[in-house]
Amino acid sequence: MESFLQQLINGISLGSIYALVALGYTMVYGVLRLINFAHGDIYMLGAYFGYYLSRLIQGRTPSHLLDAAVVMFLSMLGCALVGIVMERLAYRPVRRASRLTLLIIAIGVSLLIEYSSQVIFGADPKFFPQLIPETQIHMGGLILTNQQIIVLFTALALMVLLNLFIYRTRTGKAMRAVSFNLDAAKLMGINTDQIIALTFALGSALAAAGGILVSINIPGIDPLMGVMTGLKAFVAAVLGGIGNIFGAVLGGLILGLAEVMVSGYGSSTYRDAIAFLILIAILLFKPSGILGKGQVEKV
Amino acid sequence: MKRLLWITGALAALALLQWGCSAILLDGPIRQGPYYYQIMILAGINIVLAVSLNLTNGITGQFSIGHAGFFAVGAYVAASVSYYGGPGIRAATAFLPAVGQDTVVLLLALAAAGLAAALAGLLVGIPSLRLRGDYLAIVTLGFGEIIRVVILNVDAVGGARGFVGIPKLSNFFWVYLLVTACVVTVWNVVRSSYGRAFIAIRENEIAAQAMGIDVTRHKVMAFVIGAVFAGMAGCLFGHYTMYLHTNSFTFVKSFEIIIMVAIGGLGSIEGAVLGAIFLTVLPEAFRGFEGYRMIIYSLALILIMIFRPQGMLGQASLFGKKSKGKRK
Repeated sequence: MESFLQQLINGISLGSIYALVALGYTMVYGVLRLINFAHGDIYMLGAYFGYYLSRLIQGRTPSHLLDAAVVMFLSMLGCALVGIVMERLAYRPVRRASRLTLLIIAIGVSLLIEYSSQVIFGADPKFFPQLIPETQIHMGGLILTNQQIIVLFTALALMVLLNLFIYRTRTGKAMRAVSFNLDAAKLMGINTDQIIALTFALGSALAAAGGILVSINIPGIDPLMGVMTGLKAFVAAVLGGIGNIFGAVLGGLILGLAEVMVSGYGSSTYRDAIAFLILIAILLFKPSGILGKGQVEKV
Repeated sequence: MKRLLWITGALAALALLQWGCSAILLDGPIRQGPYYYQIMILAGINIVLAVSLNLTNGITGQFSIGHAGFFAVGAYVAASVSYYGGPGIRAATAFLPAVGQDTVVLLLALAAAGLAAALAGLLVGIPSLRLRGDYLAIVTLGFGEIIRVVILNVDAVGGARGFVGIPKLSNFFWVYLLVTACVVTVWNVVRSSYGRAFIAIRENEIAAQAMGIDVTRHKVMAFVIGAVFAGMAGCLFGHYTMYLHTNSFTFVKSFEIIIMVAIGGLGSIEGAVLGAIFLTVLPEAFRGFEGYRMIIYSLALILIMIFRPQGMLGQASLFGKKSKGKRK
């Protein structure tokens, strides 16, 4: 029972990271109907920005927590900029092109970020500095680290903030309008280009936060770390119902739990397969995802 | 009779080329000969992969990103046949000379690879009945990855260590024989009534159905034909490199094949061939700029897709008349 609870905690903590990254996928898919394959690489960039920033900032502020907060904020800002530039240079020129063209460009952008990072940062893994010294908290037979708790609460806080933004602000409403119907939104006087750029910025910032939070728990970072995480986060987004914010969070949590349970009680080599098995099952039985709405096909 | 002549002629030409290539490149005075020879082999395998994917993606319009999965199934099944069954087959055909025995082993491996990949194609093709567009793409990607993870966990084929000790049976002759077979088959399929049905499905599924085309059957058929050739390409790949590792069959490989098809021109057979050659040779040509070459490669990909989204050839055909389905 205790080991089950322990796995549960680990699963939720992993799942909240997937959820953060999945949010970016789902938001971009919502407005552009584009699977942004480069999103996982933004998550990697977030971790690298965090790595270089923490070497600059660590110890310059009064407390560890403030250190971590500043590093995280700046890194999110950096990735938001990368997201905007990516949208402006690679996706905007082909917005009206076929879906396939968009998909291939997304693959190209992903490869470009990966290979450039290998040249700029070096291909070998780097050790992410310990921003917050680890302390263990024993609760009954359970072992929690303060890092796990911080990760979980930061992820939750970001999701709540995003939710407030999307459902309680005017810009958020515009974003929902764009994702509902781009052309109609444009006719209503919404600056759709701006909203799409903002969507990329927000999604990328969340991915950066995910990258840093992961690195606080698991300190090894490398230029290809975003490939698998990105893919799984995407699965999480589809699982919850792509285009749906709550769906992304739900999907992320389910996926995180499933993975941790499979590697805890089954074979850890099948860990990567479980994500895709879940994906195929959901797509066969309810292709629109758990919370997604089915689309009626018009002739 | 005429067809028989053609086939014999093609076989003879390939055999001659094989003899010439190995004499000049492998045993000849050119220092980098074996390197060029290998590029030619890999280009051939990529051509088969691109042309077969083009049938599913470009001609039938069913976007699949799991082609590396079929490639992997073929490679591993064929390697198992010749590794585990090889000695038995050789013993049974002991009356033949060594070359004959090799041929029998390779042909059996090829058949097994094609059959296994066809089954996998059937398995992936069935969900395509329910899904379209992005969702189908994601499912095929998932299938490809699952196939890879399953292979990774089968110890009989080496698991995470990789499959070592596959006999070297394939060469220029076999690879380009498969290239010819693949191109001719896809070419003929596209120009048959099946091909017109494929194109009709790509252009408008509902209209195709209304015209009496069995959409389900044709979609699965496109998947299976594509998978068979990818599997056979896998067989020749494994029997050339003599070593297989699941890392060669990740979704990155599937992306690579899609990029070949897209750069060449989606739906154009000649385009797929050119794209495959281009993308095999281009990274090699930039080998001098180690590290930067993949950046150039990905940048080139983005720029081509932005400025010429229809690919190098678009849907144009280099040879022969335009097919009826493409006429506006």
